[in-house]
Amino acid sequence: MTYKTIIEDNIDILVAGAGLGGTGAAFEARYWGKNKKIVIAEKANIDRSGAVAQGLYAINCYMGTRFGENNPEDHVRYARIDLMGMVREDLAFDMARHVDSTVHQFDDWGLPIMKNSKTGSYLREGRWQIMIHGESYKPIVAEAAKKSADKVFNRVCLTHLLMDESKENRVGGAVGFNVRTGNYHVFKSKAVICGAGGASNIFKPRSVGEGAGRVWYAPWSSGSAYGLMIEAGAKMTQMENRIVLARFKDGYGPVGAYFLHLKTYTQNAYGEEYESKWFPELQQRVGKEYLDPEASHTTHRPIPTCLRNHAIISEVNAGRGPIHMVTMEAFQDPHLEEIGWHNFLGMTVGQAVLWAATDVDPKHENPELTTSEPYVMGSHATGCGAWCSGPEDVSPDEYFWGYNRMTTIEGLFGAGDAVGGTPHAFSSGSFTEGRLAAKAACKYIDDGKAEGINITDAQINRRKEEIFRPLENYKIYSNEVVAGTVNPNFHNPRQGLDRLQKLMDEYCGGFGVSYMTNDKLLSIGLKKMSVLGEDLEKIGAKDVHELLRAWELKHRYLASESVFHHTLFRKETRWPGYYYRGDAMKLDDENWHVLTVSRRDPKTGEYTMEKAPLYHLVGDIEDKDLAKLKAEGHH
Amino acid sequence: MPTFVYMTRCDGCGHCVDICPSDIMHIDKTLRRAYNIEPNMCWECYSCVKACPHQAIDVRGYADFAPLGHSVRVIRDEEKGTIAWRIKFRNGKKDMDLLAPITTKPWGTGYPELAQEPEPSTEMRDSQLLYSEPKYVRMDEGGLHTLESNGLEIKEGVYY
Repeated sequence: MTYKTIIEDNIDILVAGAGLGGTGAAFEARYWGKNKKIVIAEKANIDRSGAVAQGLYAINCYMGTRFGENNPEDHVRYARIDLMGMVREDLAFDMARHVDSTVHQFDDWGLPIMKNSKTGSYLREGRWQIMIHGESYKPIVAEAAKKSADKVFNRVCLTHLLMDESKENRVGGAVGFNVRTGNYHVFKSKAVICGAGGASNIFKPRSVGEGAGRVWYAPWSSGSAYGLMIEAGAKMTQMENRIVLARFKDGYGPVGAYFLHLKTYTQNAYGEEYESKWFPELQQRVGKEYLDPEASHTTHRPIPTCLRNHAIISEVNAGRGPIHMVTMEAFQDPHLEEIGWHNFLGMTVGQAVLWAATDVDPKHENPELTTSEPYVMGSHATGCGAWCSGPEDVSPDEYFWGYNRMTTIEGLFGAGDAVGGTPHAFSSGSFTEGRLAAKAACKYIDDGKAEGINITDAQINRRKEEIFRPLENYKIYSNEVVAGTVNPNFHNPRQGLDRLQKLMDEYCGGFGVSYMTNDKLLSIGLKKMSVLGEDLEKIGAKDVHELLRAWELKHRYLASESVFHHTLFRKETRWPGYYYRGDAMKLDDENWHVLTVSRRDPKTGEYTMEKAPLYHLVGDIEDKDLAKLKAEGHH
Repeated sequence: MPTFVYMTRCDGCGHCVDICPSDIMHIDKTLRRAYNIEPNMCWECYSCVKACPHQAIDVRGYADFAPLGHSVRVIRDEEKGTIAWRIKFRNGKKDMDLLAPITTKPWGTGYPELAQEPEPSTEMRDSQLLYSEPKYVRMDEGGLHTLESNGLEIKEGVYY
């Protein structure tokens, strides 16, 4: 092995992955830990890493309490109904009560937030969204993290957490490799804040060939948040809650500003409104508590994202696709037309490229929409992630074990996609979660909880061997064949990824089967996953770049396996439009008004599943419009 | 739309290699210029296009669904604090220039020096407050929202 081992010792806080969550953690940690050693490890360059690398045209989570717009509990209620009840409301409330202080700082740092010229408040796109010129959102935020951190290790892909050998279930750092030099990096740290990303590309994407990178969530979102934490034995929650997005076809350009700001709407191929006709039957399945079009029409209460997907999927399957976004009306206004294009250029340039290539001018034709392949993440309209402690003053006993945003592994904290049960955090909420985790991690260290961590050379060397094994596999076996990519001894990372995606699509409810699965399919899929897991031990990487892809694949695999177990465990169809359990098509509040929690035993790889109680915020949270409707006997 | 690099414009400076979030812009060892080594892991994020000092990098829409003959070009200028786009349709009927700000401040300014801030008190440490709070929550002197202040309870069960 020619690669050097580089050890960074005496770290207090290691930020593992620096997207919006990780940068928030690094920034805030400096305030609470003036003399602490704060180190960032990021597999790309923090100026353009994570899901926000390309920029954003909106901040989707801002309360606007200073302008009298919303209180945190309003947001909790919104997230709750959108996720069909399944939210960690303590974490959601906590994020929402701090998120405005994050956004106001972004304003200070130079992020161009559009203002409402009449009221002076931030320009609203929707009730929760404010509009920004966010092309440089990530570099602006990264600057704050760089100012706080002692060291930033760009291009270091973390593969595993280091575990303390003197106290069980306590973290002691992380290891990985530099994706350019190949050097092995060891970070010994008292606390680790996992800011790594959710997972794109685990379900077969609709795009093929060259377009396989045109996924909704970034292709570099390799599920490493889950891969790192699951492998170490952290408990996970709501991993079945994958998300499907209704987006502009092929380019997956965003629709939020179109719906909310430009007031565009959808219709079927024949120009008909289609959504409402699917709702009566759907209401029978999920119950009026979750789908009440009348209440949604007269109040702020949203129709859950998944249920709107369900109407699109049903209409297309009934032969009246494609669904179109009606843009021709709004785009006659030159100002709105410009916003429509800026919206893409600020966050999904590829959609602008596609419309330029296909001569789609939304002023003269209504573009097609489609439902995407599923994604596993925890900050958009879904809440996959680690089972974390909430804040002391909000959380019930079952949700609290000492430090805010700490996972079930001592000293391991989460932010952004890493934290489960906290949908609708988006960029600003993820940064806020990083800040919360950083404060708690500093307290954890100050309380003396990280004393006496012992990481032996044996553990460090074992991981090194494991990390570089794909290069060894390639070296040993590639010369057995004349040339080419077909080898009887190993798969390359792309071949492994294709196999994973096909398996997830067909057995776990991808787009190819109209998001349908059942207990039998899931059981077969799990067996195939187990064999895939064996083959991934033999994966071959021809160079350091392929080694990066190999480890991304292993993280995606661990995330996928967890999705399988969770999907099999929850015997109901909680989110029609995200996925369907054909053997249990109804929502079942009697048995499944709970959060699902899993743990993979790091020694045996065996999964254990449990139900965790679901707590709701009640009290003044009641929506006044909805209360009025109820009083009038509509509910 | 994977990126590609024009042979005559690239001087192999490596800015694109340094910034690419997907680690797919690499230098060809023979030609000593950059190229996209893995187009099917390209998100068309334009990070490399924006970073290139010679406008040597462009994008050609994904072969599986985008016809040839379009153009989306960009110049990002940190000093001016702007980004300028030009979109040209395949049929030549649309040719748009769009300009947007990327920052409201001179680049790299406006950040607090957290290490120089006064040491937070024990009371602050034991509270739920983060840096700059409570002031930055509402830009006034009000406190942080709590269950008590907002008249809330957290209860197990089904409530709608």
